[in-house]
This record gives sequence, structure tokens and C-alpha cells, in this order.
Amino acid sequence: MKITRRKAMALGTAGALFAVFGSRINRAHASAEEIDAALKAFAEGAEIGEGQVSLTTPEIAENGNTVPISVEVDSPMTEDNHVKSVMVLADGNPNPEVITFNFTAASGVATAKTRIRLAKTQNVIAVAKMSDGSVHMAKNQVKVTIGGCGG
Amino acid sequence: MHRTGKKLAVIAGAFALTIGLASHSAGDPDENSLAIEGETIVTDVKAPADSPLEHLYSGWRFRASETQSLQTDDFENPGMVAVEQAIDQFAMVDGSEGKACADCHADVSDFKGLRPNLPRWDEAKSKPETLEHIINECRTERMGAKAWKWEAQEMLNMTALIGLQSRGMPVTVETGGPMASVWEKGKELYYTRVGQLDMSCAHCHENNYGKMIRADHLSQGHINGFPVYRLKWGGLGSIHRRFKGCMQNIRATPFKRGSDEFIALELYVASRGKGLSVEVPSVRN
Amino acid sequence: MASKPRVKVPKKAKAGDIITIKTLISHKMESGQRKNKKGEKIPRKIINRFAATFNGTEVFSADIDPAVSANPYLEFRVKVNESGTFKFLWVDDDGSEYTTEKKITVG
Repeated sequence: MKITRRKAMALGTAGALFAVFGSRINRAHASAEEIDAALKAFAEGAEIGEGQVSLTTPEIAENGNTVPISVEVDSPMTEDNHVKSVMVLADGNPNPEVITFNFTAASGVATAKTRIRLAKTQNVIAVAKMSDGSVHMAKNQVKVTIGGCGG
Repeated sequence: MHRTGKKLAVIAGAFALTIGLASHSAGDPDENSLAIEGETIVTDVKAPADSPLEHLYSGWRFRASETQSLQTDDFENPGMVAVEQAIDQFAMVDGSEGKACADCHADVSDFKGLRPNLPRWDEAKSKPETLEHIINECRTERMGAKAWKWEAQEMLNMTALIGLQSRGMPVTVETGGPMASVWEKGKELYYTRVGQLDMSCAHCHENNYGKMIRADHLSQGHINGFPVYRLKWGGLGSIHRRFKGCMQNIRATPFKRGSDEFIALELYVASRGKGLSVEVPSVRN
Repeated sequence: MASKPRVKVPKKAKAGDIITIKTLISHKMESGQRKNKKGEKIPRKIINRFAATFNGTEVFSADIDPAVSANPYLEFRVKVNESGTFKFLWVDDDGSEYTTEKKITVG
């Protein structure tokens, strides 16, 4: 049913969604509970604060298959005071987990870039855990255009 | 990184249309210029006198800045992975004659200047030939190896590697002499309406380039960057794969890869991009 | 096609410099969400971990999920105080490990 309706609606084109997740989807997207659970597990009891984390994403992704993202966390990156890890989540994908970067004092700067898949317009969340156990979060919406041209 | 509000509005407008072209003119090619590893790539040039277009723009100029930047650095260009694989293939013995490409072609840079002139007339066979034909002729006639399929990964790797040797050189494809009738056939195909949507190549790529077709920014449809790494494909694809995709979009029955029709269309479309730099392997959405 | 890692590391740096490392490995990153033409689920097969060590000590790593794009690209920084060798490791779902090394001279 889904396929037929989509095909009728789309201009004969299989969108980014098809390429990434196939022509049928098991679940529309991650539930709010899953996001909460992932954040809680990562925070290990700490309260999640705002700030310190800067997440760079395109406002509009030309194709959801390859969306460049980068995160940078403000930290002196010393043995005593550094960023341990940054977890990236996408709340509109079938599974919210995207990637977790693990930094060390030898990183010098807590920054990393990668390219990710986004099934549709959604929020990308970056949450950083510091060596003192504190946790900070940033969230950006990325609009994903579906119905790009061409097979 | 950030798009203007105007562009947002255009995209929203394009979403509102299920079929057809948005009538905005706000989506002209951008003003960015392309240099790859310090080498200048011509992405816009005054069209030749006989061109139906006034000015030619590479497809690169119609892409979002994030996509554009993937092509400015050979490390970040995911198409270069294929090129590296092709370098290995080039030195690899294959077939009954016990030869590798490198046994006859000492250096792959010997192929500099080939890509801008393709497709070309093959005197011996009295028909036009593309890069895929040239590669397979070597494999079957001199190496005793099996021909690669048009869209095989090995073929895409090799067309990328050979194309790369001419990066920065202007497209100069020959359209006269024995290629004249092939070119005419390609031109006819270009302007012939086909499919349920009853559209020709020209409806999008000549009359409406720069506008949004749904959420996509229409280019002039040049092929100077093929094989192209498309984000949508997550890999390289051939010119004929792209043609096939276009035909499917307008709900026509596509010609086959390697068919006389697509070879003729390849020549005609290549000729429309004369003067633009070869950009192989380019990166598009 | 076998997975082929690519890495870009500066050849030289000054002591205390924070250098940028770029890595890319050719891999389909089959998400496990797609189905084939028969409607059967295509099994997940991704690079699930990346790690970089410098002179034997881990300096950066990443735990990777299927939402990372095909041909996974990672860029990160490392502060270097001495000459040495970077080793890079990618781990595939099927247990395969891909590795490569780069040397850097720190003056």
C-alpha cells in the first residue's frame, strides 16, 4: 500500500528515503521514549545541561544519504578536564543512534566531523559527557528534501 | 551552511507542486568558483555560437555548498576511493594473455586528453565508441579478459581513473565527419517528447534550468563530470545510468546502457558542454 | 570490492601542534533496514568501530551505527608532542579488521 501511494505521489522518483532504508520501513521513526532512554543511559544520572556543545549541520540537506555534520565542545582538554565522549542521535531515523565519538586529553580539541544518513526532516542531537561527569546537549533541526531528481 | 530565506521559500513552493516546474527564477546558478587541489576548474563559460544556451554552467554550480565542498578536496571526494581501486586494477594481470593495463600503458597519465573527446568515431569498427567501449576492447582483444558490464564497479573505477587524467581540460568532442549523423540522432532524441509526462530533455535542462523541480535544483544536464559520485547512489554511476534515471522520472521506457540511442545522446549532450572543464569524478546530490 | 582505508595525516608538525586527521574507508554500510527485490531484509553489515592510536596509546575512537553514510568519513584532531606512528583500525560487523598506519615527524 505504502509503495503504491508513494509512487503515485512522487514524480516517478525514489527519494533518498528509498535509497537509505529500502522501499518499506519497519518503523516510521524512533520514539520519544527511545531518545529519552538513550540520553539517560549516556548521562549516567547527570542532569543534561545546555551550552558548551556546538553542532554544525546544514539547514537543508540536499540528500539525506550523506549529511555532513560536525561537533565541537568547549573544553581545555587536559587530563583533569576534558570531553570523554559525544553521542549523536537523530530523532526521526528508524533507530536514533548515529555515532559516538570518544575523545582523550590527547585530542587537543574536542571536535569531529562525519557524514550521516537522515531518513527525513528531523532533529540531530549531540550530547557531550565531560570527565567530571557533567553532560551538555545541543540540538539542530535538519530539513531533508525528498524527491530529488533522477534514478 | 545557511540558506537564505528566499531559497527556503522557493523550496517550500516546490514542495507545494506535486508535478511540474516551479515558475520561480530565484534559483539561478550560484557565483561560487571551483578549484580542486589548487587547479582551476571552469564551471561556466560563454556558450559556443551554435549552442541553444547563452552561457554554460557546470552542474556543480547548482548544488548546495555542502555538496560542492565535497568536490574541492580529493581526500573528501568519495569518488576518489574508486580511483584508488582503479589504480590497483590498472596494475593487475587479468585474462588469458597474462597482461595488465600497465603492460601496454606504462603510465595512466598517457590517457590525458582522451576523456574530453569522447564519444568518438572508431574507424576500425565504423561506429562511435565511448570510454566503456575502449576499455572493453583492450580487455577482450588484447588481454583475453572478460568484458566488464557497463555499470560494473570495475568499469566505473576505471572510467573514473582515466577521466581524472583530463581533469581541468575543456570538453572538445568532435561532432563533424562520420560523427555528424550520430550527433543529429542525439539531437533528435534530446528534443523528442517521451513518456507519460510527455517531456523531452530540453524541457528541464534547456528551458528550465536554475528552477526547482520539486525539491531539486535543475542543472543544464552536462556530463563533463561523469562518472559522477551521487550522494543518492552512494557511489559512482555512468552517464547512461543518469540518462536512464531521467527517462524513468518522466515515465518513459528507458533505452539500455550502451544502446545506439544513449551513445548518440551522450555525444549530443557532451557537445552542449563544449568548453566546460572535465570534472571527473564529480560529486552531486 | 574489498574495503580500502584512506587516511590523511600531515607529514610534519611542531611539538604541541593540534593536527587534523581525515579518514575514509570504502564500505557500503548496509543499514539492515533495506529489503531486496524479493522483500527479504538485507542483513546489516557496517563498520561498527573506528580507533586511532598514536605510539600505542588510543587517542580517538568512534562507535558507529548504521546511520553513518556509506564510505564512512571521520575527521578529528590530535595534539602531538613527539614523532611517532598513528595506527588506524576499522572493525566490520563480520569481524574483519582493516588497518593502516601513518608516520609523523614532530620537530
